[in-house]
Amino acid sequence: MSLRSAVITFPGSNCDRDMAVALEAVSGTPAIRVWHGDAALPERLDFIALPGGFSYGDYLRCGAIASRSPVMRAVIEAAGRGVPVLGVCNGFQVLTESGLLPGALMRNAGITFVCRNARLVVENDSALFTSAYAKGQHLSIPVAHHDGNYFADDATLDRLEGDGRIAFRYAETINGSVRDIAGILNEKGNVLGMMPHPERAIDPAHGGTDGRALFESALNTLASA
Amino acid sequence: MKIRVHVSLKNGVLDPQGRAIHHALEGLGFSGVNDVRAGRLFELDVDDSVSDDALDDMCRKLLANMVIENYRIEKVAA
Repeated sequence: MSLRSAVITFPGSNCDRDMAVALEAVSGTPAIRVWHGDAALPERLDFIALPGGFSYGDYLRCGAIASRSPVMRAVIEAAGRGVPVLGVCNGFQVLTESGLLPGALMRNAGITFVCRNARLVVENDSALFTSAYAKGQHLSIPVAHHDGNYFADDATLDRLEGDGRIAFRYAETINGSVRDIAGILNEKGNVLGMMPHPERAIDPAHGGTDGRALFESALNTLASA
Repeated sequence: MKIRVHVSLKNGVLDPQGRAIHHALEGLGFSGVNDVRAGRLFELDVDDSVSDDALDDMCRKLLANMVIENYRIEKVAA
């Protein structure tokens, strides 16, 4: 199928091109680039990606200003209709700040910016974004963030665990995230937020291709829908 | 009307920045500091017609992240 995807660019996004390249590499269709000030999204989207970066210079809190931008109202509305939404790194922060995902991303427990390959464990292999992985599978995906320390209260965490909404965990301590959470899903499973960058691991030239299956999962699920 | 909004982390939320500042104070030789929590202060200048409810809304919708932070609104005498 041809994937009709959109990548949102906020002022300060810096992984938007990487995301667009990844989407085109996996789906064969160029992604539509959308500016944050647009009040409406292109019609009939199959997939929306919120990229990494430092939207609005991380002013106030990471992702806080971007999550209140005009286009996010349209993204929230689309997510409510079931359109798959992937938020990576700053995109994950935008998703928690917007309320599409629970919890918050705080300063790394070690204070320093972490930029390296992280080992992840696949926790959920039945979601739209993860069906091409196997539960328990180890992945190597790059992380690059200063504020990836996931926090939520115990009741929320228990609910996430119980509902299988933890998509990925770190196999090692990276940033102090509670219960080693690296990526979570919304209730319906059509919104995924994660700090690691799957779009930076889709081509052998990147040093690894473990991120590719995430995009393939979504593509396969959408194609068979 | 001058308003100060104090935003601080909720109890039980780990504060890596506060901890780093604490360490730095100790490194400077200050003793007797038991804990440091970092927060934020916003100074707003708003029309007198702005209601308390609206100020509350501003805090909840933007200035504080209610998942991890508390806020306190202080009206400053002009």
